[in-house]
Amino acid sequence: MAMTMTQKILAAHAGVDHLEAGELTMVNLDMVLGNDITSPVAIREYEKLGNGPVFDKKKVAMVMDHFAPNKDIKAAEQCKMCRTFCNERGVENFYDTGKMGVEHALLPEKGLVTAGDVVIGADSHTCTYGALGAFSTGVGSTDMACGMATGKAWFKVPAALRFNLVGQLNPPVSGKDVILHIIGMIGVSGALYRSMEFGGEGMHTLSVSDRLCMANMAIEAGAKNGIFEVDDKTLAFLKEVGAKEPKIYAADPDAVYEKVYTIDLSAIKPTVSFPHLPENTHTVDEIEKIAIDQVVIGSCTNGRLEDLAVAAKILAGKKVAENVRCIVIPATQKIYLEAMELGYLKTFVEAGAAVSTPTCGPCLGGHMGILAKGERAVATTNRNFVGRMGHPESEVYLASPAVAAASAICGYIADPREV
Amino acid sequence: MNFQGSVIKYGDNVDTDVIIPARYLNTIDKKELASHCMEDLDKTFVARVKAGDIMVGGENFGCGSSREHAPIAIKESGISLVIAKNFARIFYRNAINIGLAILECPEAAEEICEGDELYVDADQGIIENKTTGKSWKTAPFPAFIQNIITGGGLIAGINDGKI
Repeated sequence: MAMTMTQKILAAHAGVDHLEAGELTMVNLDMVLGNDITSPVAIREYEKLGNGPVFDKKKVAMVMDHFAPNKDIKAAEQCKMCRTFCNERGVENFYDTGKMGVEHALLPEKGLVTAGDVVIGADSHTCTYGALGAFSTGVGSTDMACGMATGKAWFKVPAALRFNLVGQLNPPVSGKDVILHIIGMIGVSGALYRSMEFGGEGMHTLSVSDRLCMANMAIEAGAKNGIFEVDDKTLAFLKEVGAKEPKIYAADPDAVYEKVYTIDLSAIKPTVSFPHLPENTHTVDEIEKIAIDQVVIGSCTNGRLEDLAVAAKILAGKKVAENVRCIVIPATQKIYLEAMELGYLKTFVEAGAAVSTPTCGPCLGGHMGILAKGERAVATTNRNFVGRMGHPESEVYLASPAVAAASAICGYIADPREV
Repeated sequence: MNFQGSVIKYGDNVDTDVIIPARYLNTIDKKELASHCMEDLDKTFVARVKAGDIMVGGENFGCGSSREHAPIAIKESGISLVIAKNFARIFYRNAINIGLAILECPEAAEEICEGDELYVDADQGIIENKTTGKSWKTAPFPAFIQNIITGGGLIAGINDGKI
């Protein structure tokens, strides 16, 4: 019986020839990830579990990114707990302030994930690595603890939705607009428990950065994972970052999908998700002038160098509107350095934007750009739930780096094609 | 596993950011987390929730962040069971892993009202609304999942040799 890409990867890691949707299976893990807010809960559970060595020092990663650099004493204590845990057990992939980045930008950059891997992370956006042809999914802290101890996790094999991409994007339309469009189309539970499998001719025209952004937001449609076929661009990326040898799994031609969607990339327009759900999408050309107080450009969704390049091009020689606070957050130290060398950071500062050290910070209302009651932000982040970036009566509009940069200049949600 | 309690009801897409806002995730203290449970959706929840109460939600309950702090906060607040039309997958997994009882039943979740008194036999998958007299049958969890929940979660279950 035919299998999808996800089913093949799970079968290979379960040591069986075949798996079907709905089956329960135990698989071997290639990477177990946690951050500074989910790892402390995992460590507490891990201690109850016998508190021994981790299953593989190279296959556990902890990234201090959410409330780091430490925003308060309690956050500092949580990071300290993670640091101590990793030091005592010789965990090799511990990333602290000065070396860290937003976890889902950092792991691909460090070559810690390759095609064909199975990755779990105590962070819902762990699905990002599906862009590289891996099965990768978010779990909770208890699963992380068991994963660190045993190197295994159980899964229910997901059914799949197939997205055939055709055509080519018209800049400044980006992967962010595509995934917001898809979430708008299928809804925030449209892919519940399922894998979203992306392929088709149009896929090859998308950059790896666009694919990472799209796989990142698969969770916002309720998916277990998002996954892209592996092509030359994937392989070139994996080689450049020094990832281990990829294993390429392709879906069988007669694999079963619950639904098949065709997405014409050339028809996608710049898209914005209105509060308070990512499915509340509108194309930017159909909305009224909506005044804003803040712009955030960054996060695991859109804090990569390509995202900053787009924003810098739009902001070059321009000024952030008088009443707007624009915060740019390169997602990793490497991206920060490259953006500095390429002059992007200078462009941002000259435009009147603040540039921050890497952190998840404002995306989840942690620090570095919290909204007051009634304030409104355009953000390149991934969620616009009630209170996500601060006061429960504040609002977040999700958009691409291009829309965010254009909006920063205009002071209202703006079409980047008209700036 | 039986539950009896009065209902606190919410709608669709109750996300983990409103169950426990991220600004409180600088602690793993269960009581402190519970003291902010549902705060951004329902400021009255913490004051009115009683031990044994049953939370009822709509579709995609627990969507968003993977934070296990969310089911921990609900459980520690005194809620004995969450019934929803369906659950977001990470929340579903986390609830079982920490020993928070949950049940999926779209019809019951639709019809049950705030304040109704319920009796639930989770072994049989029977939900009885004592206020209206109506009852529903849903698929019960298999025994090994019930063992995890009654044993206090996955880790306790492993340590007790039940799993």
